[in-house]
Amino acid sequence: MTVSDEPAHADLPALFRRMAGDEKHEWAAASTLDVLWVLYDRVLDVSPDRVDDPDRDRFLLSKGHGPMAYYAVLAAKGYLEPSILDTWTAWDSPLGQHPDRVLVPGVEISSGSLGHGLPIAVGTALGLRLQGRAARTVVLVGDAELDEGSNHEAIALAGRLALDRLTTVVVDNESGTHGWPGGVARRFEVEGWQSSTVDGRDRGALHAALTQEHAGRPLVVVAKVEEGR
Amino acid sequence: MTTMRQVFVDTVEEVMRHDPRVAVVIAEISRDAFRPQDRLINVGIREQAMVGVGAGLALAGMRPVVHTYAPFLVERPFEQVKLDFGHQDVGAVLVGIGGSYDDPVWGRTHQAPGDVALFDTLPGWTVHVPGHPGEVEPVVRAALAADDRVYLRLSLRQNAAPLPVVEGFTEVRRGGRGVVVAVGPMLDTALAATEGTDVTVLYASRIRPFDAAGLRAAVARTGRADVLLVEPYLEGTSAHLAAEALADVPHRLRSLGVRRDSELRAYGTAEDHDSAHDLDVLGVAAAARRMFDHPAAAA
Repeated sequence: MTVSDEPAHADLPALFRRMAGDEKHEWAAASTLDVLWVLYDRVLDVSPDRVDDPDRDRFLLSKGHGPMAYYAVLAAKGYLEPSILDTWTAWDSPLGQHPDRVLVPGVEISSGSLGHGLPIAVGTALGLRLQGRAARTVVLVGDAELDEGSNHEAIALAGRLALDRLTTVVVDNESGTHGWPGGVARRFEVEGWQSSTVDGRDRGALHAALTQEHAGRPLVVVAKVEEGR
Repeated sequence: MTTMRQVFVDTVEEVMRHDPRVAVVIAEISRDAFRPQDRLINVGIREQAMVGVGAGLALAGMRPVVHTYAPFLVERPFEQVKLDFGHQDVGAVLVGIGGSYDDPVWGRTHQAPGDVALFDTLPGWTVHVPGHPGEVEPVVRAALAADDRVYLRLSLRQNAAPLPVVEGFTEVRRGGRGVVVAVGPMLDTALAATEGTDVTVLYASRIRPFDAAGLRAAVARTGRADVLLVEPYLEGTSAHLAAEALADVPHRLRSLGVRRDSELRAYGTAEDHDSAHDLDVLGVAAAARRMFDHPAAAA
């Protein structure tokens, strides 16, 4: 386990405000912030000088909407010059309201339309396994994003293919209109995934959940988050 | 007789033996045509996942072949085709079978005459429409060796003999009253329909990118900018590109293909459907006669 870089974590609010504006406190409400931080700080085997390394871990942000937390973490970790954040959503900025992998170094997929990341992650994990690579593939989706049927095609397939280097993080702020009676995790468990449901603001619990053993099957970590807390 | 699909399968399997980048993703269709192996991934009846998995394989550095029946490859997961390949800036070889109406007893659900028109809404796709099984192998080999986005439209309909596979148009016949462009399996029909008519006949098995220079050159050689497109999919699919190629030449353009104006609720044979769409010899000959033999055309 690597040591957390808490001084860099303290920079996140300032980085976030470069996009959201000084008067805004949206960074505290960003549901993905702690998950993203723990992944980039302590879980993923990635770095800005290895963005093309075929053995790097892959992080796919499927829920591309609201990417400020993602860009702030990428800036804190050296993928982006912090000054780039000031250009966010401008004509010639690499940073849009949805991330574009062609424009931002370290961004593994272009997202924005929901339900694409998980099937792509299944293919990525499969491709890495077929090449004998040990790299992990981690994909982040939202609970409402799971409404898209394409996710359920991929959840079943990943279980059947026993993709044990694949992790899905579901950031669950109960934003789906129709909800998931019995919990999000059950949709994965029935298809053969190992699951943990944790407090999405508890970085220690997220780290433990994201680094647990899950031999022979994929892992889902449901990160429960209350908006605005 | 060996079908286009069989040539495709045989060629892919042969290439896979020495190229570890190549992987095939299918959704049940053709599962018995391929020999089982690690790099043959049957996702079940899950076409969105089929395309997404193909894209993920490409992002991981592999060369994916994604294959199923044309409507379930192009139309059902069209947003995946748009975003998971083009927008991610990765390539794949998409291979559809079924043509526009290879087996019409299955009805509208198994017909995809709009496939090439849909690819025209996406940049960067090369589209091959072979006219004979003998034209399939070189296309598959070249596609597997590259990294670009390729759509290969296979059909049970075919010409009597293959032509060499080239990038642009091939002049099959030269004449002086206009130019007929026949795509893929329409060549034999177009040749029979214009037998005795003094026109140039061009053949294309690769229709995207569109060979604008080849069309302009043929028009210049012929001396008359009257162009008849004969395509095996939606009528007018290539009309915008033919018109653009001749933008600085006063020209006449007529497009033959699968009708757009109504849904044909009929079963029968593929030949029945050719007749219904005026894509049989009689229908194409009538259109050619109106275009090239009318006194106004000779004026």
